[in-house]
Amino acid sequence: MAVGPPVALLIEDELQMRRFLRAALESHEYQFVEATTARDGIAQAASRNPDVILLDLGLPDGDGIDVTRRIREWSTVPIIVLSARGREQDKVEALDAGADDYLTKPFGIGELLARLRVALRHSAQPASEPVFVLGGLRVDFEHRRVFVDEVEVHLTPTEYKLLGALVRHAGKVLTHRQLLKDVWGPNAVEHTHYLRVYMTQLRHKLEKDAARPRYLLTEPGVGYRLQGE
Amino acid sequence: MTGRRPDPEALLARVQEEERRAGRGRLKIFFGASPGVGKTYAMLEEARARRRDGVDLVVGVVETHGRVETAALIEGLEILPRRSLEYRGGTLKEFDLDAALARRPSLILVDELAHTNAPGSRHARRFQDVEELLAAGIDVYTTLNVQHLESLNDVVAQITGIQVRETVPDSILEQADELEVADLSAEDLLKRLEEGKVYVPEEAARAIERFFRKGNLIALRELALRRAAERVDAQMRGYMREHGIRETWPAGERVLVCIGPNPAGARLVRAGKRMATSLKCDWTVLYVEAPGQRISASDREALVQNLQLAEELGAQTATVSGLNAAEEMLAYARARNVTKIVVGKPTHSRWRDKLFGSTLDRLVRGSGEIDVYVITGDVADAQRAPAPRAGQGSPPGEYVRAALVIAFCAAISFPLSSRLSVTDVAMIFLLGVVFVASRYGRGPSVFASLLSIASFDFFFVPPRFTFSVSDVRYALTFGVMLAAALVASHLTLRIRAQAQTARDRERRTGAVYAMSRALAAARTPADLIAIATRHLTDTFNADMQILMPDPAGRLEGGTLDEKERSVAQWVFDHGQRAGAGTDTLPSASGLYVSLAASTGVVGVLAVRAAEPTRFEDPTLLQLLETFAGQAALALERAQLADRAQKEEVEVEAERLRTSLLSSLSHDMRTPLGAITGAASSLLEDQGKGITEPARRELLQSIVDESNRMNRLIGNLLDMIRLESGALRVQAEWQALEEPVGVALIRLGERLQQHPVQVNLPRDLPLVPMDAVLIEQVFVNLLENAAKYTPAGTPIEIAAAVLDGVVRVDVLDRGPGIPAGEEARIFEKFYRVAGGGPATGVGLGLTICRGIVTAHGGRIWVENRSGGGAAFHFTLPLGSTPAPSVPGELGVE
Repeated sequence: MAVGPPVALLIEDELQMRRFLRAALESHEYQFVEATTARDGIAQAASRNPDVILLDLGLPDGDGIDVTRRIREWSTVPIIVLSARGREQDKVEALDAGADDYLTKPFGIGELLARLRVALRHSAQPASEPVFVLGGLRVDFEHRRVFVDEVEVHLTPTEYKLLGALVRHAGKVLTHRQLLKDVWGPNAVEHTHYLRVYMTQLRHKLEKDAARPRYLLTEPGVGYRLQGE
Repeated sequence: MTGRRPDPEALLARVQEEERRAGRGRLKIFFGASPGVGKTYAMLEEARARRRDGVDLVVGVVETHGRVETAALIEGLEILPRRSLEYRGGTLKEFDLDAALARRPSLILVDELAHTNAPGSRHARRFQDVEELLAAGIDVYTTLNVQHLESLNDVVAQITGIQVRETVPDSILEQADELEVADLSAEDLLKRLEEGKVYVPEEAARAIERFFRKGNLIALRELALRRAAERVDAQMRGYMREHGIRETWPAGERVLVCIGPNPAGARLVRAGKRMATSLKCDWTVLYVEAPGQRISASDREALVQNLQLAEELGAQTATVSGLNAAEEMLAYARARNVTKIVVGKPTHSRWRDKLFGSTLDRLVRGSGEIDVYVITGDVADAQRAPAPRAGQGSPPGEYVRAALVIAFCAAISFPLSSRLSVTDVAMIFLLGVVFVASRYGRGPSVFASLLSIASFDFFFVPPRFTFSVSDVRYALTFGVMLAAALVASHLTLRIRAQAQTARDRERRTGAVYAMSRALAAARTPADLIAIATRHLTDTFNADMQILMPDPAGRLEGGTLDEKERSVAQWVFDHGQRAGAGTDTLPSASGLYVSLAASTGVVGVLAVRAAEPTRFEDPTLLQLLETFAGQAALALERAQLADRAQKEEVEVEAERLRTSLLSSLSHDMRTPLGAITGAASSLLEDQGKGITEPARRELLQSIVDESNRMNRLIGNLLDMIRLESGALRVQAEWQALEEPVGVALIRLGERLQQHPVQVNLPRDLPLVPMDAVLIEQVFVNLLENAAKYTPAGTPIEIAAAVLDGVVRVDVLDRGPGIPAGEEARIFEKFYRVAGGGPATGVGLGLTICRGIVTAHGGRIWVENRSGGGAAFHFTLPLGSTPAPSVPGELGVE
């Protein structure tokens, strides 16, 4: 657990982005470190030991995904990747390579800060709690019971497992691959249709309006996320 | 020489010929009258000369037969190793065609064009190997004796008394680029024979002695020289035609040769070939089949061979069916403007002619202005007009029934015999006999007439109840009754036989028609293949597969093993038949026919019948080729339609590209203007003048306009991807409610003024789609709905499964679409007139259409009853159902 303000490392080559992020993060009591190239970024990650890393996927001298892998070799620091719209492939790859979450440019400060919070929270307390509450959703892990607005909902074992995976990473995105591996095992990582069916079932059981989910958010092309806060 | 204009037809033919030849190798034949005249020697000499000129030359196969001088000429030349084939316990060394094709020299020497290859070689004959070499662009030198020419085969046999079996079709000679005659006088040749310089295989010694008689040699020499001269003549004519040099041209002739199912027909065919060659006209060989006629297996085989021979010699062949051979021949001849008919001399006895009429006589009498040539060699009695046999003899049941009819006649006449005269009774019996004749076969009718005579005689003719006759006049009655019976039965049988033939013919045509109709209705090539295969299998009762090439030209599909597949590939590459029952690769287990359409070979049909020799029957083969032709045309049509559609898409894309640039700048700069204005005002202000609420307003407008620009850029990028063809649909099984949900969240505030109702059926199946793209479709549709409809009006999203697609509806209660604009609103940059402020660039619906079309669906809009617009789009569910999801045990 870091003492003092959390250190955020930004690896980003665009001047304007760095300017805005510096202003935003420093004004919200983050200690801000920046690097403009992949090499520099890795070096800074190693020497400054940040609490969270913001990594742009479009770096000039290196593949953001490579950087993620390299850092993951010796650190579990949360990494949030920044990417443009329409590059879902890159995001999925980065997430599967070890990144924790992503932001799609252009993004607003609110979104950024929310993701940072979630990332820091998960890194600070990886252990799960016996009861999880989010809005009207309550998951009692000890007794394996789920309630929505105090009404118990009966889930099948798989549905429960799926919900559990999302809850354990509440607020963070989970790729299809990660979810499939978690719930069905490594042999099922190609079977995205399992996820569709079960997520649909979960949505219909837990959400008031399945077409406008409050808790179970779809990240198109990437995966799913349980609403953070 | 003063010329007329060169004949354009001839020129066109020449150009086409040259084009055809452009890729072909050149063939030079060293031609001689007999073995020993020095053809191989001449070939090798010339080869050495070419080699000195630097031509890349390879010796494919040259027989030196141990002659020292010939062997000396080969020295120093590159020799292609022969292929060893196991045959009957021994090893044979054959010309290695594949090695030659792989080596691909400029020129190759292949001796003895008429040689028959050992079994296991790709082609049955060496001249087929040479064909393939030429088609691959390799020049060939080869040698050939005059007795090996197909059309001269019987003439040579007559001269020398030896029938040569290995023959080469004349077309090879005619197509050869150069012909060099190795000529030696008879005396010189005999001298060489004595000197032992002529190769004589041991076994044939005696035969060769007979061959090498001076008279023979002179005659052969003349034949060879004459044949070569004919070729030169043809070349000269060609030259004259091309250069407009006038010449006398014989009036258009056509020759028709009529053959029957016996070996002597070959002679007729060859005679026809000679006549056609000398008249320089087209010729056809016709076989008239009598329906219900039974031919022995060997006769049928002879017929097949004769027809094949005819085709090899360049004739068209046809088989028609009819009872009256002469009639059929004349009808066919007249329909095709035949000027000369060739038939064989009849060899059956004259009594047959007297009884049944002579085919020849009828032919000659009916020939009118057509010349009839009657030559020796054919046995024309295969045409048995008046006595067809409809299958086997009649079953015994019919005899019994015939007897019953006669008995019935007798029975009714008996009580009336006192009232009726004998003549009347005879009439009743006659009626009975005619009735039997009209229904049963000849046997029963003859039996009935005899029985009726007997009953008539016994019961009614005085003295009654005896078989004796008191009045000789009754003999006449008996005779008439018998004759009537025979005539009636003959007529009926004939009609029935003709009806049967017509039915058969109709059935065959019907089958072809049925397939054509089915093919016309098919949409995709896959459907076509399935339909064609089904029809073929049904019609021919054999296992049929159609193999199509991939873009690289390799055949794919079907269930064939390696060896069979390579045969099929060969057929595809060369556009010829191969496999069981043909001359090429006859050891294959299936017959492979190329599907040739106007643009070339589109595929290969693989036929596997239980009895592989079934398809040697030319009628069946012809029918198969017809079917194959239909299928090929249909496939080609589908492919061309496909291509046309793709090109349409290209053209459309091009249009899109150009009109994109025009509206762009204005629409981009508008939000930019607002942003620049607001930001610079704030900057300029430096803390004075602008109030806090005003400041917030300006900042908000910067954010809003930026978002707007973001969306615009997104639209543009989508548009660019669409039209550059870079829009790739990554379809996965998706639940429709997910993109809906994402779109709703993304639009967020902009939908504030509109309550959105989502009605998706609970059991909606997974749909194959690209989630990101479909989300964009929803965003665009909902955005439009929000923009163009009054605040407070509801928007509804619904979906339904129909017929292989999911139809999604986005409905609003706005002003709807102006009548007539329903198609135009999907065009680029189209905006409904009178839209609200900040209505966007007009690309949203175009993008929707692009995305939906890329998924294989359709998008359209209708006005709703009660006001408002209803946008619908379909997404195909695909032909394979969604994969299943493993169930679970127990429920929590």
